[in-house]
Amino acid sequence: MNTELIGVVASYAITLLLAIPLGKYISKVFNNEKTLLDFISPVERFIYRICGIDTTQEMNWKQHLMALLSINLIWFVWAFVLLLTQGSLFLNPDGNPSMSPDLTFNTAISFLVNCNLQDYSGESGATYLTQLFVFNFLMFVSAATGIAALIVVFNAMRDKVTDKLGNFFVIFTKTITRILLPLSIIIAVLLAFNGSPASYAGKDTIITMQGDTTQVSRGPAAGMIAIKHLGTNGGGWFGANSAHPLENPNYFTNMLEVIAQVLIPIAMIFALGFYIKRKRFSYVIFGVMTIGMLSLLIPTMMAEIKGNPAITEMGIDQSAGAMEGKEVRFGAAASGYWSIVTTIISTGSVNSMHDSSMPLSGNMQLLGMMVNSFYGGCGVGILNYYIFIIIAVFISGLMVGRTPEFLGRKIEAREMKIAMLIALLHPFIILVGTALSAWTLVHYPNADWVVKPSTWLNNPGHHGFSEMLYQYTSCAANNGSGFEGLGDNNVFWNVTTGFVLLLGRYLPIIGPLAIAGILAKKKYIPESAGTLKTDTGTFGLMTYAVIMIIAALAFFPALVLGPLAEYFSLYH
Amino acid sequence: MKTYILPSLKLTAVLIILCSVLYPLLIAGIAKTAPGGGNGETVSVNGKVVGYANIGQKFTADKYFWSRPSAVNYNAAGSGGSNKGPSNPDYLKDVHARIDSFMVHNPGVVKAEIPADLVTASGSGLDPDISPKSAYIQVARIAKVRNISIEKINALIEKQIEKPLLGMFGPEKVNVLKLNAALDQLK
Repeated sequence: MNTELIGVVASYAITLLLAIPLGKYISKVFNNEKTLLDFISPVERFIYRICGIDTTQEMNWKQHLMALLSINLIWFVWAFVLLLTQGSLFLNPDGNPSMSPDLTFNTAISFLVNCNLQDYSGESGATYLTQLFVFNFLMFVSAATGIAALIVVFNAMRDKVTDKLGNFFVIFTKTITRILLPLSIIIAVLLAFNGSPASYAGKDTIITMQGDTTQVSRGPAAGMIAIKHLGTNGGGWFGANSAHPLENPNYFTNMLEVIAQVLIPIAMIFALGFYIKRKRFSYVIFGVMTIGMLSLLIPTMMAEIKGNPAITEMGIDQSAGAMEGKEVRFGAAASGYWSIVTTIISTGSVNSMHDSSMPLSGNMQLLGMMVNSFYGGCGVGILNYYIFIIIAVFISGLMVGRTPEFLGRKIEAREMKIAMLIALLHPFIILVGTALSAWTLVHYPNADWVVKPSTWLNNPGHHGFSEMLYQYTSCAANNGSGFEGLGDNNVFWNVTTGFVLLLGRYLPIIGPLAIAGILAKKKYIPESAGTLKTDTGTFGLMTYAVIMIIAALAFFPALVLGPLAEYFSLYH
Repeated sequence: MKTYILPSLKLTAVLIILCSVLYPLLIAGIAKTAPGGGNGETVSVNGKVVGYANIGQKFTADKYFWSRPSAVNYNAAGSGGSNKGPSNPDYLKDVHARIDSFMVHNPGVVKAEIPADLVTASGSGLDPDISPKSAYIQVARIAKVRNISIEKINALIEKQIEKPLLGMFGPEKVNVLKLNAALDQLK
């Protein structure tokens, strides 16, 4: 095995080694057990006091939702105002302009919902003020929102019959002070010592060895790069994201960033086992998700390492793999690994340009976002998976002729309706969006907009279609990566994807929260010989089948038109 | 509504101070002790700054090792890749033209030995590195232009190759700016 493959295997192995203890730690934090970071509690108590938060007041699921949506609304207004006026505000050493209204709309939502789509480019489209006070801020709080929502569902999964599921503000605050902030500080310092800029100095002008005068963008980026990965946000300080040599300077930082982004999603699975004291249950979830990940990862890495057949035909040496859109310091293997990790969880940061990936890799990246629960984003990954569990329980129950029960609670029509709605919402918004854009492109190619639809696509044919499909998939999954050739900074894309982002974020949080809240109030039925066991391999397989049927098959026709058609035309 | 809005507003204010003011200031403070002081590491020749170690530069002259093609022309006030799909016919023509142009500037080179990274654009457009193979394949041209022996330049490359992390993880590479800076010092 060569050093590139060993690097990938090591990255995954280190992630697991860290995720298990971190999962245990997270469980302790929310169980109010003793941890190493208890010295922070005075700070937390101070925050609760000045914010008027009564820590003893527990909320039911509807109250949690109210709190979650209220605070999110405030962040939206804050982000909107700042982005729209950034050009005339302070901390703007490079003199960048304000955002247009439609770009502001898209960007504010995109960071609010943990997506970080970025129709702008960081070097020229944002200021240090908005990078820090909007993006960096929303990265912390949107990740904490997802994790807090999941902890509420964990609370509802316990044996106790109750509608009291903890205090939202307390869970949310602790997520930041106990998990996100301490880990971010460690990672940001490591990044800074490996060459990521961290100072407030603006652009530098240099004269190159060949005598060209060129400018180099910089800024306090290290901190944002840390939380963008830990919080599965993915928005880059620089336009090229983690392919940029200041955002991801060497192979060590590449491993650090790829580990950081999948660390909390995996840790949350183990945290579930520790927290509700059903370790086997969490191992089964982890197993299913890992098999799903590998089924996407292996074909991708093989395709990237093998290289572009059209370039092989030209008769040059492509032994290092497909290098278009990739960096020499990472190589094809680590780029392929990253591209799957970043799409199965909802990070969306990139260390290579996905638009230039091989067709099969593009297909797998899309599938990763379409399923969106092979590990999945911070908190929300398991919430998505929870929906699939509910459906799998119901179908299994019908198959064996027993009342469907999940962790001692009966699953009935109301919960099933919510679960199905949420499961079908994802393909619906993706496919309708893609169809709308393709229709607009065909019927109004010369519409009198700033960017004419006929110039949207950077590539012809099947690949052009994939660019549009990718954009809506990325938005619905709150991922944020893109086939960046798409000309997306215009009113059509900014507005339509803005709405897809909102739907793709809040409904998949509201749904599981509602189901969990309703279930928690139902009578607890102790396990008996007649209970359907949800912590077995058989049930894991069942969940996998449900995911494949609902998530993957719904998208099959669209995938055939895009990446698969390109695959067959390239490998004739 | 008031029960949620008021604490939300206050908590938002507190967290802005924590995450957007204190956190970046702390990192900036610690980074002052890092190489480059948090401003980015520079490379100097005879006391003059010639660029940033991590930011690639355009090298197209025959007397220098070429860097990779760039979609942003190595302008580091921006960044980005070509975003061309693997089956795009225009893109494939570009690659073809780059191969031909490389053969013209490097007579005697066997086509099958041209590494793909030399004729494809990087993701950032600012890739500071090339593969060792891409450096070695340019030696004959540079030796002729500079009138230095091939062995001397080969030895220089060997010294400049950066090994995989801990000798185990990731690819080998050569930093083009550092290599060319060292090349200029070679007599």
